[in-house]
Amino acid sequence: MLEEIGVDNIGDLFKTVPGKYLLDKELNLPSPLSELELMKHMKELNEKNASAADFNFFLGGGVYNHFIPSVMKYIVSRPEFYTSYTPYQPEVSQGTLQAMFEFQTLMCGLLGMDASNASLYDGASAAAESVLMALRINKQDRIAVSSTIHPDYRRVIRTYCDNGNTEIVDIPFDERGMTDLEKLKEALQKGLSCAVLQSPNFFGIVEDLREYEKLIHESNALLIVAFSEPIAFGLLRPPGDFEADICCGEGQSLGILPGFGGPHLGILTAKEAYVRNIPGRIVGRTRDEDGRDAYVLTLTAREQHIRREKARSNVCTNQGLCALMATVYLEGLGKSGIKKLAHINHKRAEYAKGKLREIGWIDLRFSSPTFNEFVLKLKHKPEEVLEKLLDRKIVAGLSLGRFYDDLKDSLLVSFTEMNTKEDIDNFTACLNELY
Amino acid sequence: MNCIDTPMTEKIMNDFGIKTLAINEPLIFEQGSAGRTAFSLPEETIDLGKIDGSLPDDLIRDSIDCLPEISEVELIRHFTRMSQWNYGVDTGFYPLGSCTMKYNPKLNEEAASLPGFARSHPYQPESLSQGSMRLLWELEQYLCEIAGMDRCTLQPAAGAHGELCAMMMMRAKLAEKKSPRHKVLIPDTAHGTNPASVAMCGFKAVPLKSNREGIIDIDSVKSLMDEDVVAIMATNPNTLGLFEKNIVAVSDIVHKKGGYVYCDGANMNALMGKVKVGELGVDLVHLNLHKTFSTPHGGGGPGAGPLLVKQSLAPYLPVPVVEKNNERFVFNYDLPQSIGKLKSFYGNFLICVRAYTYILSMGAEGLRKASETAVVNANYIRSKLKKYYHLPYDDSCMHECVFTDKKQKQHGVSTLDIAKRLIDHGFHPPTVYFPLVVDGALMIEPTETESKESIDRFINAMINIAKEAKENPEELKRSPQKSKITRVDEVTAARNPILKWCTSK
Repeated sequence: MLEEIGVDNIGDLFKTVPGKYLLDKELNLPSPLSELELMKHMKELNEKNASAADFNFFLGGGVYNHFIPSVMKYIVSRPEFYTSYTPYQPEVSQGTLQAMFEFQTLMCGLLGMDASNASLYDGASAAAESVLMALRINKQDRIAVSSTIHPDYRRVIRTYCDNGNTEIVDIPFDERGMTDLEKLKEALQKGLSCAVLQSPNFFGIVEDLREYEKLIHESNALLIVAFSEPIAFGLLRPPGDFEADICCGEGQSLGILPGFGGPHLGILTAKEAYVRNIPGRIVGRTRDEDGRDAYVLTLTAREQHIRREKARSNVCTNQGLCALMATVYLEGLGKSGIKKLAHINHKRAEYAKGKLREIGWIDLRFSSPTFNEFVLKLKHKPEEVLEKLLDRKIVAGLSLGRFYDDLKDSLLVSFTEMNTKEDIDNFTACLNELY
Repeated sequence: MNCIDTPMTEKIMNDFGIKTLAINEPLIFEQGSAGRTAFSLPEETIDLGKIDGSLPDDLIRDSIDCLPEISEVELIRHFTRMSQWNYGVDTGFYPLGSCTMKYNPKLNEEAASLPGFARSHPYQPESLSQGSMRLLWELEQYLCEIAGMDRCTLQPAAGAHGELCAMMMMRAKLAEKKSPRHKVLIPDTAHGTNPASVAMCGFKAVPLKSNREGIIDIDSVKSLMDEDVVAIMATNPNTLGLFEKNIVAVSDIVHKKGGYVYCDGANMNALMGKVKVGELGVDLVHLNLHKTFSTPHGGGGPGAGPLLVKQSLAPYLPVPVVEKNNERFVFNYDLPQSIGKLKSFYGNFLICVRAYTYILSMGAEGLRKASETAVVNANYIRSKLKKYYHLPYDDSCMHECVFTDKKQKQHGVSTLDIAKRLIDHGFHPPTVYFPLVVDGALMIEPTETESKESIDRFINAMINIAKEAKENPEELKRSPQKSKITRVDEVTAARNPILKWCTSK
């Protein structure tokens, strides 16, 4: 091949690199491992971790331990799906494109919205992109963010908006554990681009969006509703029913592994009027030259590879395979499955709620209705309780002190179909024995 | 015993792409029957009795109309059929320029599916996550060594996210110094994400014309570089596949005026073990784990775009950073100057696992040889095809080469026609009409994982197409014919967007 190229050695091909910058020794990296040795090493690292495979997890907070049926793995590990690129060439990408069209349909249906993109990085970046979208739509520069949305979503919104021009008003939560209505009213009086709420919120509480929606729309602001547990919409009326202008959130619960925090699935949906302001890839249906149905990336005039600095966002690679997982999962569950699953989650959490509040040193932090997680108020330090239960192979939940100064006594506990009645009974018995 | 004595190679060479089994498959919403489900769920036996604070009736939903009712086998067939309409790296040669579609080793997938990684929760106690945290820490060290940088964050989920992270870190540093700098110099060969990332940060993208050699022009940098410039953003090797040989001089000019040098490392597959970009004056660089480090592209993600910086920018890294205290790994959230969080948790962790196993399976020599082979392969294609296709910059290239349709245009054949005809020959098309500075660009990146035979088949197909352009251009314009669909009507798709399925009522 070198002869064909017309050079004597490989070094000649690097002649454009100034000589003194060419490395004269190998990189300082570990010696290569064979597959056998490498898998042994990886298993050793794996052993140093615990997971829901060997512990009982009552830990949620935006990432949930749900059951993933066997079919999932067999479909999403088909290399035609996972070794392909963004479907720029529709003739050889109809599989990905049709799946994304189904994904968009499913997201609209699940959330009660008009239009969806084909995914963003995660719930947090979807929330941040939603805010940027609202700022573009109404050209205002103030936004309100409820302190009941996932703390990482809040932090990522802050990072994305830290441009010196956008003012962020934090709306505290009230004694119900919901967005403080009076404080939101005050913020709206000074004019807002949008208000970001979440339901079920970070405390697992189902916020009644109706009261907020009216206020927000009366002041011509946009309502952005975030979510981190989409299984809830198998049971609960979706954000679209409450006139959300943009609905965004995390799709990890839809058949995606917790994976120590990623890759997960950012979802962004909107009302029809805002379609051309949506960031990221969108798939549309069209026809080929022979009149057959075909799918293609569309509305690309919004995107960076066409519009460069005038694009709606810089997003290029998104979370395609995770969107595929969510598609397979929701289609597999189907109409009856999602409802049943949501009921199981809710019932297990309610059962646990009843049992946990019987323990003397435990109380409920809020009395509002919740879906599959809720906040406990403890008379002992949550960190200490967590630490002690590790010996019993239980991860008891998420201590909220790291996110909220006034919730240092609080523990967020989460329940899914993976936590059986026996697990919950064991959990409460272990807690009972602690003090 | 009978055996085949006629060589098949030549026949296959000339007719590599064939029509294959492709069964029509309607949308899932048009299938199934009431009452079916593909998953079995446990029957719930918990009897709750009466509980306070339960959900109000008026917040309960009736049903989700769009969800299908299908059986497990219907689900499996639906996606199996659809997968067969897709071309992946495991299907064949995928010379998509600047996307580095190299083979994705299967052991990476095995490693990432170990339960201690796949089923671990980002909020579980650090004492239960030491394996994953060690992996993150070590991967950061390896990437820093490869790029010649000091510190790394694995939080960005994609290349564009890494760029955004870099811009935000510079913005944070400038805000601290109350500096009014707001312009970013971007060569006209840059990926579209570069100017878009700059704009998202409120900076102004200033285009920088490349010179006749296709690289950054030192005089243009001199004339544009002033006290308002935040940084120069350069892809190296650039999107013409050329090494930016003036990068050190450019870095000096930018640094002298107080600016930063950002390197878009999307094309790092040419440089592993050959050059450390950190030694070229680069202050920040992002790498694409889904390109250079063999993690699969997933039909459009998930990827990972770690950002690497020099020590002076370390205080601005997103939180948390993973640190090693004695033999224990901890997440440090206490970085007062940090830009904050860019993404939930710690990045696309399971992608990081795959890149980590890739680096460990290759070792230093393996990575260097990968880059060398990628460069040889690209130059081989360049040499073999330059008789047939116009080569706008006739110099040895790095890991990719860029041709144009100039010769074929005289017969009315365009880059798009050439790309679509490749599908009939059994190949994925190259990147087309990019970079924008080249009219009708065909950007070809073979990567190191292709054999000479597979590259020769591709070259043969390209030569055949060049012939066909002369002799039978009309046939070419009707391509592809061997794919599931023919060319699509993109104009109608955008003008009257149909973005979801709706019931006929």
